[in-house]
Amino acid sequence: MNMNYTAEELAFRDEVRAFLDEKLPADIAAKVKGFRRLSKEDHQRWQKILSAQGWYAPHWPEEHGGVKWTPVQKHIWDEESSRYGAPKSIPFGVSMVAPVIIRFGSEAQKQQYLPRILNGEDWWCQGYSEPGAGSDLASLKTRAVRDGDHYIVNGQKTWTTLGQHANMIFCLVRTNTEVKPQEGISFLLIDMNTPGITVRPIITLDGEHEVNEVFFEDVKVPVENLVGEEDKGWTYAKYLLTYERTGLAGIGMSKAALSHLKQLAARCIKNGRPLIEDAVFSQRIAKVEIDLMAAGISNLRIIASVEGGGVPGAESSMLKVRGTEIRQAINDLARRAIGPYAIPFVEEELKLDYDGEFLSDKDAAPLSALYFNNRKLSIFGGSNEIQKNIVSKMILGL
Amino acid sequence: MDFRLNEEQQMLQDTVARLVRGEYSFEKRLEFSASELGFSAGFWQQLSELGLTAVPFAEELGGFGGGGVEVQSVMTELGRGLCLEPYLQSVILGGGLLSQAGNASQHEAWLGGVASGELKVAVALQEPQSYYDLNDVATRAEKSADGYLLNGRKAVVIGGHCADLIIVSARTSGDSRDAAGISLFAVNPDSAGVERRNYPTIDGFKGCDITLNNVQVSADALLGSEGDAAAVIEYQTGRAIAALCAEAVGVMEVACELTLDYLKQRKQFGVPIGKFQVLQHRMVDMMSELEQARSMAILAASVADGEQSDERRQILAAAKNVIGRAGQFISEAGIQSHGGIGMTWEYNFAHYAKRLVMINHQLGDDDFHLAHYASRLQAS
Ligand SMILES: Cc1cc2nc3c(=O)[nH]c(=O)nc-3n(C[C@H](O)[C@H](O)[C@H](O)COP(=O)(O)OP(=O)(O)OC[C@H]3O[C@@H](n4cnc5c(N)ncnc54)[C@H](O)[C@@H]3O)c2cc1C
Repeated sequence: MNMNYTAEELAFRDEVRAFLDEKLPADIAAKVKGFRRLSKEDHQRWQKILSAQGWYAPHWPEEHGGVKWTPVQKHIWDEESSRYGAPKSIPFGVSMVAPVIIRFGSEAQKQQYLPRILNGEDWWCQGYSEPGAGSDLASLKTRAVRDGDHYIVNGQKTWTTLGQHANMIFCLVRTNTEVKPQEGISFLLIDMNTPGITVRPIITLDGEHEVNEVFFEDVKVPVENLVGEEDKGWTYAKYLLTYERTGLAGIGMSKAALSHLKQLAARCIKNGRPLIEDAVFSQRIAKVEIDLMAAGISNLRIIASVEGGGVPGAESSMLKVRGTEIRQAINDLARRAIGPYAIPFVEEELKLDYDGEFLSDKDAAPLSALYFNNRKLSIFGGSNEIQKNIVSKMILGL
Repeated sequence: MDFRLNEEQQMLQDTVARLVRGEYSFEKRLEFSASELGFSAGFWQQLSELGLTAVPFAEELGGFGGGGVEVQSVMTELGRGLCLEPYLQSVILGGGLLSQAGNASQHEAWLGGVASGELKVAVALQEPQSYYDLNDVATRAEKSADGYLLNGRKAVVIGGHCADLIIVSARTSGDSRDAAGISLFAVNPDSAGVERRNYPTIDGFKGCDITLNNVQVSADALLGSEGDAAAVIEYQTGRAIAALCAEAVGVMEVACELTLDYLKQRKQFGVPIGKFQVLQHRMVDMMSELEQARSMAILAASVADGEQSDERRQILAAAKNVIGRAGQFISEAGIQSHGGIGMTWEYNFAHYAKRLVMINHQLGDDDFHLAHYASRLQAS
C-alpha cells in the first residue's frame, strides 16, 4: 500500500501548475470559479491554448496527437485544472466521438475529423436522446434509409447540449427495423449545415439556453459518414458510454466547489458571526467534505486499478452516483449559505464585466440557478437510477 | 375531533379554487410574471371584488374576521396556482402589522385600503447581514424635530417594487441584535431618500432591496410604541408562516399530482416508468412528505391567531421546518422522477419545484427554525 505520488508524478504536477499559472487566462478562470456561464469564444480560446501545449487530447494515441499520460497523471491534471478554475473541455468531440472514430472509424474519417477536433475547427454535439428514448436509448426512432451514396435521415433528437454552437453532430439512427432494437442502430456523423436540419432551443428552469431539440427532415448524409458497420452502432455507443461515465464523478469539480463554498460561508454572516462558525452549518459542510474525501479515495482506487491493467467497470457507475450526489449537496449548501439572497435572480451580475454594486455577496447571483441547473447531474449520462440498475446487475448479480 | 372545513370555509376555498382555475393557467402565469408589475392586476382586482383580500379583517372593513383556517383555505389555492399577487405580503403580513401595532387613526388611514386591495403593502424586515433573524436590525431611526430620520438598508422585500406603503423595521435604541429597541415605521416609498433596487426572483416573483438614505418620516409614521416592535413582528411573522405553510401545501399538492400523472404516462422499456419500484417508492415518499406538511400546516393554522406562547412558537417553528424539508424533497424527487423534462421552463412542474425551494428561504429556513425549536426544548 502506498498512497503517495511518485517523484515523477510530483514533477508532473509541478509542470501542470507552472503551465496553469502561466497560460490560463484570468478572466476565464474567474468565470469558472464564480460559476459564470462561459461563452463559445471562452471555450475556444482555452481549447487553442491546450492544443498548443499538446494537452487538449491527452487520452488519444500519440500518433493522433495524444500524450501518454498514465491514469494518475490524468487524475493530477483533473485535480489541478479544476483547482485553478480551468474550464472542463466540452466532451462531445474530444472525449466522445474521437475515441469512437479512433477505435472504429475509417482511415479517411480519422484524417478528416481528428485534426479538426484538435485545432478547434469543429464543435461536436451528441445526438443520442429522443423524446421517446431517454433511459431506454435503444428504442430510438430517428430513421436513416440508404439511398444510393446517401442515407436519408428523418426524425428528432433532443436535449442536445450546446447544439446551438455545433457544426457537427454524431447520431444514433435506426437503419434496420426488422431486428432487435439494439441490432438495428447505426452511428452517423452529420454536418449540422446540411439542409433539413433545424435546431430549436429548450430553455431550462434556470432560464438558460444550454440544450436543444434537433429536427431532421429528409437530411442527406453521405454513406462515408457511417462509422464502422451498419447496424453496429449500439456497440460503439456502449464503448463511448464507459468513457463518458468515468469523467462524470467530477471529483475535481466538487473539490473546487467545496473550496468556493467555504470561502462563501466565511463571508456570509449569521448571528453576527461568519456562517462557517455556525454550529449547524459548519457540520453540514463538514459532512459533505468528509463524503468527498471518501469518494476521492474511491476514485483513486479505481484509477490505480486501471493503471495496474484493470478496466473500470460498474464501479464507475457507483462513483458517478456518489460524485453527482456530492456535487448537488455542495450546490445545495451554497444556495443555503446566502439565506434570503437565494431568492433574487439578478441576471446582470452574472456577467463578468459587471461593474455595478453587488446586491449581496459578489458570488451570490448564480447560486440558486446553479443549484437548479445541476439537478441535471443525476439525470444525464445515464440517470442515477439506471446506474444503480447497472451496479445491481453487473456487480451484485441481482 | 374533526379536521374538515365547515361549510363556509369550504365555500371560501372553492371560490378561490374556481377563480385560480379560471384565471391562472400556466401560460398566463408566465405572462404575469414577465410583466412589469409582476402579477395580474386583474386577478388582484377579482380577489378584491369577491372580498377575498378582506378575509382576515373585521366586518366593518368588509371582511369576516377570518382566522388561521380561512387564511389557510385561501393560501392553499393560491399556492396551487403559483399565484404571484402580494396576498401574503400585503393582506397577511402588512395588514397584520398595521392592525396589531397601529393606532386608531393609522387603522383609519390604511386598513380599509389593505382590506380592499387598493393599498398594496410590502414589509421590509430583513437586512443584508440579518440572515433570517428579524431582531438583527442595523437600520437606524433617529428622532428629529418632525419625527424620525431613517438610515439603512433592507433586504429582499418581496412585492416592494410596486408597494404603495412599506413597513420598515428600524432601531430606535439598543445594539444590532437586541430584541429591545426595534420600531416599525410606515414609509411612503416615494419619500425622498428611498431607493429601490428592483429585481425578479428565481421563482417568478418580483421584489427589491431598499436603501434608506436620510429618509424623513413624521412622528405618526411610527407604528406602536417606540422600541417595542419585536414582539409584534414575531407574532405577525408567525401568522405569515402559517399562511406560507398553507401556500406550500398547495404547491406540493400540484407537484405530486403532476409527478404521479407523469409516472403513469411516460413509457420507457415498454412500460410506464411508474412500474419501476424505485420510482414507486419515491412517489410514496413524496406523498408522505406532503401529508406531513399538510398536518403541520393545519396545526400552524390552528394557532396562527391564538395568543402568543411558547407552545405557539414551537408549533410554528416546527411547521416551517417540516415544510422546508418536505418542499425541497418533493422538488428534487419530482425533478428526478421526471427526468430531463422536469428541468424545462416550458413545463409547469419546474416552476412548482422552484417555488418549493424558495419557500424555504422565506421567513426562515429549516435549519433556522430547527435551532429555535431546539433552543426551547424541555426536558419533560
Ligand atoms: C441538461 C441535460 C443535458 C443533456 N445533454 C444531452 C446531450 O447532449 N445529448 C443527448 O443525447 N442527451 C442528453 N441529455 C439527455 C439525457 O441523457 C436523458 O435525459 C437521460 O438519459 C434520461 O432520459 P429522460 O430524460 O428521457 O428520462 P426518462 O428515461 O423518461 O426517465 C424518467 C425517470 O425514470 C427513471 N427510469 C427510467 N427507466 C428506469 C428503469 N429501468 N429503472 C428505474 N428507473 C428508471 C429515470 O431514472 C428517471 O428518474 C441531457 C439531459 C439533460 C437534462
